[in-house]
Amino acid sequence: MSSPLRAVLSRLVKSVAVVLAIVLLNFLLIRLAPGDPASVMAGQAGAADQQFMDQLREQFGLDKSIYEQAWIYLKGIAQGDLGFSYRQNTAVWQLIAERLPATLLLTVSAFIFALIAGVVMGAIAAMNAGRSLDFIISVVSLVFYATPLFWIGLMSILLFSVYLGWLPAFGMMTVGAGYTGWDHVLDVARHLVLPATTLGLFYMAVYARMTRASMLEVRDMDFVRTARAKGLKSGPIVRRHILRNAILPIITLAGIQAGQLVGGAILTETVFGWPGIGRLAFDALLQRDYQVLLGVFLITSVMVVIFNIITDLIYRVVDPRMGASA
Amino acid sequence: MNDLTMNRRTVLLAGSASLLAGLMPQMTLAQSNNAARMNVIAFPEPPTLFIGLDQNGSTQTVSGKIYESLLSYDFDFTPKPGLAESWDVSEDGLTYTFHLVKTAKWHDGEPFTADDVVFTTKEFLMEVHPRARGIFQNCETIEAVDEHTVRFTLKQPFAPFLMGFEMSTAPMIPAHLYRGTDFRTNPNNNKPIGTGPFKLAEWNRGSYIRLEKNPDYHGEGEPHLDEIIFQILPDAGARAVAIEQGQVQQAQFFDIEMFDIQRLSELGNIQLITKGYEFYAPVARIEFNTRVEPFNDKRFRQAICHALDKQLFADAIFFGLGKPATGPISNRTRFYDADVKPYDYDLEKAAALLDEMGLKPDANGVRRTVKFLRLPWGETWARFAELVQQQLALIGIKVEIEPADPASWTSKYANWEFEMTSNYPYQFGDPALGVSRFFVSSNIRKGVAYSNCTGYENPEVDALFEKGATATSDADRQAAYSAAQKILVEDVPMAWLVEVDFPTLLDKGYEDVVVSAIGVNETYRKARKA
Repeated sequence: MSSPLRAVLSRLVKSVAVVLAIVLLNFLLIRLAPGDPASVMAGQAGAADQQFMDQLREQFGLDKSIYEQAWIYLKGIAQGDLGFSYRQNTAVWQLIAERLPATLLLTVSAFIFALIAGVVMGAIAAMNAGRSLDFIISVVSLVFYATPLFWIGLMSILLFSVYLGWLPAFGMMTVGAGYTGWDHVLDVARHLVLPATTLGLFYMAVYARMTRASMLEVRDMDFVRTARAKGLKSGPIVRRHILRNAILPIITLAGIQAGQLVGGAILTETVFGWPGIGRLAFDALLQRDYQVLLGVFLITSVMVVIFNIITDLIYRVVDPRMGASA
Repeated sequence: MNDLTMNRRTVLLAGSASLLAGLMPQMTLAQSNNAARMNVIAFPEPPTLFIGLDQNGSTQTVSGKIYESLLSYDFDFTPKPGLAESWDVSEDGLTYTFHLVKTAKWHDGEPFTADDVVFTTKEFLMEVHPRARGIFQNCETIEAVDEHTVRFTLKQPFAPFLMGFEMSTAPMIPAHLYRGTDFRTNPNNNKPIGTGPFKLAEWNRGSYIRLEKNPDYHGEGEPHLDEIIFQILPDAGARAVAIEQGQVQQAQFFDIEMFDIQRLSELGNIQLITKGYEFYAPVARIEFNTRVEPFNDKRFRQAICHALDKQLFADAIFFGLGKPATGPISNRTRFYDADVKPYDYDLEKAAALLDEMGLKPDANGVRRTVKFLRLPWGETWARFAELVQQQLALIGIKVEIEPADPASWTSKYANWEFEMTSNYPYQFGDPALGVSRFFVSSNIRKGVAYSNCTGYENPEVDALFEKGATATSDADRQAAYSAAQKILVEDVPMAWLVEVDFPTLLDKGYEDVVVSAIGVNETYRKARKA
């Protein structure tokens, strides 16, 4: 078995254990919070009696012991069954499947935007270290790094939707317009611009700052001096020697953050009314819709694991030393 | 290499096209057709559209267009035809006979008959709907006289019986789809089949719900709208922008934060309507847990009532959308007594009551520290708690605000794990339906929210509420409820602060939208574009 394949398999086995531990921990943690789905439903209906509460608790399986509930849930997971949301009267996998594409579209777009813009900005800043361009990029990065995501979202709605009227303020598509084909793609793209940019700006700032610092460090290393001494031009030195080495920590960070983006998407999805799993999880938490929340946790945990494995693989491609040492 | 270049180009082109598309001025909604459409905010997203199992506020707003009940109610609660075109009540107040609309059909084409009414009220609602159970348990028999006539015979007079046929209390459920099934897991729960003027066309969860006109609706020439689209907008700021920009034409209840209502209603194209909430008529109030010290002492509760400036609450928290409350029954609910004397705002009286209890201020001026469980339904209630904190500080009561999310609040409230909390439950038009439940001792039930959670017990009040529900003449009922109101205001298990006017913000291009006491939760059979 080749070493990259063995490494991936080894990671996969460990990952399954990690995901199982996460599921179990989440299962117990959620139940520590006061209230249950029955009490939320009673609260929202504004009326209840004992029969109503008993019926709901029996239906939700809440009348069983917590160990019994955990065992039933784990057995379901082992059979690929994420459970059933009695609150929404729908299988959990269906609820997640309906929402996951929207979240993936949002997070992947934000991620690509953040990575490209961040690395380019960081590289430009590093190459102009100490000059005004570096200063401007550093200040911009700092601003986006420090500003809360929801505030950027609301301000961008005010500017681009309310005052300028260029972009839609909410939703994923123009409801009722009946667009098809390319028109539909363009419609979704227009709706995507604000949320994806909002979600991506923080990460862009992180990558820009990191790329700058990392490139400045690599710039002074011996092999760069050797490259210059060989008479290589500045462009190839930056691209092939400095950036390629400086980007390694960015890849590690990006791998970790790709998973976190889904968490960050909760706020963005709320502000922009984007129908993704971030909001599904948030609503499920408020409503104590345990099965849905656990399902989303499970899926996001798996996504983090997958992103980490992909990061490992990319790392091996970008840094040949990894393959050799493995 | 060539392939790679092509890919890069393709990606760049697609990216640029998307960006350009994004920068194009926004196209107007609904350019594809000229449908008479109305966009309405739905917040929060209904968990289900099957009103039989879920009476969440937003579920009522959406499902109210899909399902109907036998009656509708004018702003003064005069019953109007719904699925019943007429009705008779026997002189002894024991027999109610409804004559049903003969042309009504379910959305799947089956005829709506008396059998559906019998099934709904005798079997379905009695099993799953706590509020309806409280009404139909008064029935000795429920029978279909013929295909289009239903007779309810009561065990004893229950005066508000006719108020029990509002859409969310007694939505008609198709017997042919539900009889003999497990109601809570019936597959039709996700495919709502009602008799209403609109049918579910599409539900893109997290995004929108689209209802389309029911061409077979029994109302002649109705409905007038072709489509109603409910937009799911979880963020308050986005909801305000949506109504401001005309992307939605209606917002209701607390969709828009109170501080934004006035500004939006002055935009020119939007009207502010406060009618249409008579059936709900909530009184914003503070509930005291009368089991715990010092709330078990009436003087402490009375001191709090004297220390809260109700007009300030109406102005600062509800921005004028409401007026000071006088007691447990709203002036919009039947049998309100205007002669009940409310507590005047008087800090000296409040301080005197606390002195009498022996609660003297310490070196910091604090007589007592108490906890306030904050209601989690939005910004308004956070401000409400803060104002209570500020006002009670003036008489030396230090208030610690306990934050809670909806599940925590409901759990703590239901299990009596609070000292004081705010609330604004609906009154459903009649004290027997929406008020007595909070005060009668038979409804002290631990673990059940919206029961008598304050723990207030008074046999005299129990008897008066019983009399109010069973007396057949309005005069007798008024006498009973007036006496109950006077005792409750003296005992103050709650501090009643503001009779809240829910606001509806509606685009001026629509009319006949708010036509009944349940306003935005109505069928919209008459709603039309101006």
